[in-house]
Amino acid sequence: MEWITVLNYPVYLAIFICIYGCLAIGLNIQWGYAGLFNAGVAGFFAIGAYTSAILTSPWAEGRLGGFDLPFPVGLVGAMLLAGLLAWPIGKICLRFRSDYLAIVTIGVAEGIRLVARSEEWLTNSARGISAIPRPFGDLPYAKAQLVYLGITALILLVAYVLVQRQAVSPWGRMMRAIRDNESAAQAMGKDVPYRRLEAFILGSALMGLAGALYVHLARTITPDAIDPMLITFLVWIMVILGGSGNNRGVLLGAIIVWVIWSTSEIVTDQLPSEYALKAKYGRMFLIGLLLQLVLRFRPEGILPEKLRKEPREERRVGEQDSVTQATGNIIN
Amino acid sequence: MLSFVNFFLLPGIVQGSIYALGAIGITLVFAIMRYGHFAHGDLATFGAFIALAFTTMLGVSPYIALPLAVLATGVFAIGIDRLFYAHLRTMPKIITTIASFGVALMLRSFVQVVWGVNTTSYARGITRPENWFGIRVKSHELVTLLVAIALVVALHLFLTRNKWGKAMRAMSDNPDLALLSGVDNNKVIALTWIVAGGLCAASGFFLGLNTELKSLMGWNILLPTFAAAILGGVGRIEGAIVGGLIVGIAEELSVLVIPGEYKVMSAFGILLLVLLFRPTGLFRGKVL
Repeated sequence: MEWITVLNYPVYLAIFICIYGCLAIGLNIQWGYAGLFNAGVAGFFAIGAYTSAILTSPWAEGRLGGFDLPFPVGLVGAMLLAGLLAWPIGKICLRFRSDYLAIVTIGVAEGIRLVARSEEWLTNSARGISAIPRPFGDLPYAKAQLVYLGITALILLVAYVLVQRQAVSPWGRMMRAIRDNESAAQAMGKDVPYRRLEAFILGSALMGLAGALYVHLARTITPDAIDPMLITFLVWIMVILGGSGNNRGVLLGAIIVWVIWSTSEIVTDQLPSEYALKAKYGRMFLIGLLLQLVLRFRPEGILPEKLRKEPREERRVGEQDSVTQATGNIIN
Repeated sequence: MLSFVNFFLLPGIVQGSIYALGAIGITLVFAIMRYGHFAHGDLATFGAFIALAFTTMLGVSPYIALPLAVLATGVFAIGIDRLFYAHLRTMPKIITTIASFGVALMLRSFVQVVWGVNTTSYARGITRPENWFGIRVKSHELVTLLVAIALVVALHLFLTRNKWGKAMRAMSDNPDLALLSGVDNNKVIALTWIVAGGLCAASGFFLGLNTELKSLMGWNILLPTFAAAILGGVGRIEGAIVGGLIVGIAEELSVLVIPGEYKVMSAFGILLLVLLFRPTGLFRGKVL
């Protein structure tokens, strides 16, 4: 056995962490910075996956495609289309409180799944799109995985650095101001609906990018590969557990949640087959419970958002108050 | 004309009254506690499967299991509130919405672990529709309509005549004022959960009775029920009923113009139109 094959599983795990890291940063822009409740993360993920698949795959009978474009074009296309989809949704829903956005994004995710399932000319319906190229996919399996990990890690790093720069810039401060006190921000002359739309589109584009990265890893995509509840939920728990509003926090959340989720599968796969299926749902139950526990005991997440410190004196006097207020701000 | 009634209007009304039962619960929670409750669909699934458990364990007919399931789910809903939502009340409401999303996942996986993922039904065999002057009605459709009407009338009487019903309406209109007038918020919240949970179980039960029982059925009606509640106007019981019927009938009629696969998206279309043109809904409800 070569040394490189020992790494197969950790590398596979790490690639997925990078993909989910991308999703988590996207959601962090929406929820952490702008306070927008996107419950259709899987929908934007799916749009990205299918766009990149159609753009880069070779020609096939009976469906749109055959553009054979290079990998980076697929990624850019995925981001553009996901952002484009976010625009009208944001236009309609961002005037209201986030509950409305949540229900509409659930509808969007369901709609995209229906399109993927029934439009044969576009997505080849249930059979899906296959033979999607992967950069350096001709290498032997283990090496190709390692190279792909490098690519996804690099993309995640670039996304992280860019978003982090935005977050510490005046733009990030403005977004937090809008999130924490909408009317005050408006009174300061900030264009609240436009800025929210900006954050919503930017986050959605990153989710589309993650979808494209996934599809070039799997090299095939079917409607069943996109479980709307599961993907959306995993990303949410990553953001909340890690610490919404803190990019490093959500990346940490992505690592923790994905390692738990993925390695627990190894354990449940050892069970006899009649229990293995049930164990899958049991794992989902535990993930739901994990969210409740985080909300109960550490709503600000493992790495809370760093807020600018208040002056010392005031802090000592109203310590209890400032702590509760800070928690309120973070999760608002 | 008769075939229009038989194939589109009647199924639409039956489906619509199922949505209406769910939408009343959503609109109550939305108006009294001020958050969207995303576990509502999966709570309906849970209620439907509880009814199934009663029928198989006690060997009674599903219609006797219904009131038991309604009661059990109502109490269960209070339990969910105490365990997962109560401590979030002082936080921004949207946090509770997130928690309800988690509860939805937990409820669904619970159903999947206990009852599996295969479809089942309350009773085997096909019921033959009865013919009433050319209008063909199946007996369970008739029961659905009658029970839905009875529940709505009972709820209306409760909200307008009973002290606690009035307290619920007061809290929906102005929670601070209600609190000052001596309304016990915790009791009102518990009562709301009993009502919402019970109606939710009824909607799940009738969905299972008219189609079949499966673990994802509740999640699938979440969007139409929300659309119905928002179309009617948040906080408006009569709005939720009208909204439910409109969404149900529109869904059945939509197959005349769009491919059948996209039938479920008509509720989504209605939701978008309402948010665009009349966010307060038909009956001028709240906008959060």
